[in-house]
Amino acid sequence: MARLFPIRHVMGYIFSLVLSLVALGVIYWDLTFTGAMVILIISALIQASLQLVLFMHIGETSSKKTLYINIAYAVFVGLVTIFGTLFTMVWGMS
Amino acid sequence: MKWDEFFVTGEPMIYGADISIVLVSLAIIIGLTYFKKWGYLWREWLTTVDHKRIGVMYIISALLMLFRGGVDALLMRTQLATPDSKFLDAQHYNEIFTTHGVVMILFMAMPFIIGMMNVVVPLQIGARDVAFPRLNAVSFWLFFSGAMLFNLSFVIGGSPDAGWSAYFPLASNEFSPTVGMNYYSLALQISGIGTLLTGVNFIVTILKMRAPGMKLMRMPMFTWSVLITNVIILFAFPVLTVALALMMFDRLFGTQFFTMANGGMDMLWANLFWVWGHPEVYIVVLPAFGIFSDVISTFSKRNLYGYKSMVVSMVAISFLSFLVWAHHFYTMGTGAMVNSFFSITTMAIAVPTGVKIFNWLFTLRKGKISFTSPMLYAMAFIPIFTFGGVTGVMLAMASADYQYHNTMFLVAHFHYVLIPGTVFGVVAGMHYWFPKMFGFRLNERLAKWAFWLIVVGFNTAFMPLFFLGLDGMTRRTYTYSAATGYGPLNMVATIGAFVCAIGFVVLCYNFYYSFRHSPRDENGDPWDARTLEWSTPSPVPAYNFAKMPIVNSQDAFWYSKKQKVPLYEDGPYEEIHMPSNSGQPVILGIIMFFLGFFLVFSWFIPAIIAGIGVVIMLAVRSFERDHGYHISAKEIAATEQKLRGDTV
Repeated sequence: MARLFPIRHVMGYIFSLVLSLVALGVIYWDLTFTGAMVILIISALIQASLQLVLFMHIGETSSKKTLYINIAYAVFVGLVTIFGTLFTMVWGMS
Repeated sequence: MKWDEFFVTGEPMIYGADISIVLVSLAIIIGLTYFKKWGYLWREWLTTVDHKRIGVMYIISALLMLFRGGVDALLMRTQLATPDSKFLDAQHYNEIFTTHGVVMILFMAMPFIIGMMNVVVPLQIGARDVAFPRLNAVSFWLFFSGAMLFNLSFVIGGSPDAGWSAYFPLASNEFSPTVGMNYYSLALQISGIGTLLTGVNFIVTILKMRAPGMKLMRMPMFTWSVLITNVIILFAFPVLTVALALMMFDRLFGTQFFTMANGGMDMLWANLFWVWGHPEVYIVVLPAFGIFSDVISTFSKRNLYGYKSMVVSMVAISFLSFLVWAHHFYTMGTGAMVNSFFSITTMAIAVPTGVKIFNWLFTLRKGKISFTSPMLYAMAFIPIFTFGGVTGVMLAMASADYQYHNTMFLVAHFHYVLIPGTVFGVVAGMHYWFPKMFGFRLNERLAKWAFWLIVVGFNTAFMPLFFLGLDGMTRRTYTYSAATGYGPLNMVATIGAFVCAIGFVVLCYNFYYSFRHSPRDENGDPWDARTLEWSTPSPVPAYNFAKMPIVNSQDAFWYSKKQKVPLYEDGPYEEIHMPSNSGQPVILGIIMFFLGFFLVFSWFIPAIIAGIGVVIMLAVRSFERDHGYHISAKEIAATEQKLRGDTV
């Protein structure tokens, strides 16, 4: 029975809830802008890795090439969306 | 909430629609009961996990939505045909152009494309089904419940009226106080999840389930285009999911993401919408490119010219499609740097597209061309799409765009891209693969009538809009005065729209006519085609291929025919493992529909109950043990004997 219990998934679920609460806490704690952003970015990165490793089983594949192409494309689209939005909506404003 | 806010009232046309909806639903229920077809419908269609049947259901839904969106288009054109027309009022017109856009892109083009993928891709790569058949059924039912939820807005609660792009602040509670935009956010969210699951499913299918010997560079071009499309889906749709969720929070729970006060940013919606929206354009057009590639190569009797450059150009398009979105709002008032950047990337995307156009032309060169109906659509596509593309480059120039922005010129441009690109593509594909789906060809004479009516009607309808746009007629205006001089060209456009509509009616009449009169297909390869799907009998047996095909080159089926080498190994049949049907996807779809419906009206207690229902369905699936079933070798031999005769 112990072997059948999905302990990794349950722990992952609890961790992701905790991380979400930490991110939510930024509103309630009295923080500077930099402090708040640091907490948000770090918790977001941990959250993303948690999802990828525990729930999407990244690294459990035999073909490393597909994996790296996939990650590279995802990073490309993610960065384009984030920095493109900042470029368009904030930095590029005249 | 009062009853007259719940039901849409006050318009004679709406009452007519109410009555016809009730009558049609009654007719369907009575018909199914009278002919005792409920069991058949449930067993063979609603619970199916067979990719071919799911594909057919996608295509039928897409055709229904084509007529819904088409009627919207005709109502708009009727209103605009004459100056100062009183046919529709401003509010009704707003609702109609909004639903026309949403229905045509998300509930017509998308399911038509996905239906084609479903029917064709596993057959083209020599697979027995998609990688996750049950998930595929979930995709379909989520799409379908989203589509039904969206269409319900028309009679219950009121349609969305802020345009298909739903720009804030217009789409906020302040300026759109009815539930219309709630329908928009929830219906698109539900069907969007379905599309995302399709993306995952088909990437895995194409990467993992190809027949022995079919390397990536031996895949048919349609399969390649579908692979790239699904990669774009996988990376673009999450942005829409997030944007729609933020919109829902703004509208239902009072957050301030897209408001104009309290730190909200209204244009951030437009930004996020188009981060998804521009890749979306390529999601609907790339598979059509794939269809045209296969059709042109088959009916020119030549292999596709520049196969590698076709693949490379599609990969390039998939990258560039994520780098151009701000060209949809050049006039927002951002700096010259931003507009120049997006201007250049937008023009760059014309290069790989141009490569593809030349590849098709060179495939035709010295080919033995036969002008069948799918080929006619492909031939019409090349020049008309080039018109659309060139006007797109005109719009890409940021400074010039200040003149064209939101005029009829833009409307003409994107219809000139989407109709020959997507609509001609899927219609060509439907004619081409129809014998594979149903075992008989569509009547060529009627198909050609429909083709000419659609092509002539389309050009008559949209060519005048270029000139109206240059003359200054803006899009989304519900009327204009005679003094503007827009009257005559608008009348021409309206006549064109009706001719085009007649074309689509003929196209659908052809289903009935061919069902009655067309000779049945004998050998599974009526077009003398090149790719694996034509090597199996039509209509295709549930297991697709009795034995796995062996692939040694591109167009393996063609070379096996020409060089008389067998495509299949000799030897006895082996039993085949198949996935079993399941009612869970359709039940999940129904629960999601109610979840969405309750949220639209902010009825949170019922919504929570429906939400618990969704969680229960997921749990049931997690604890289910379903190992599928096996088709015995004897049964396969009997089926093959029946379908192929004694030759095998």
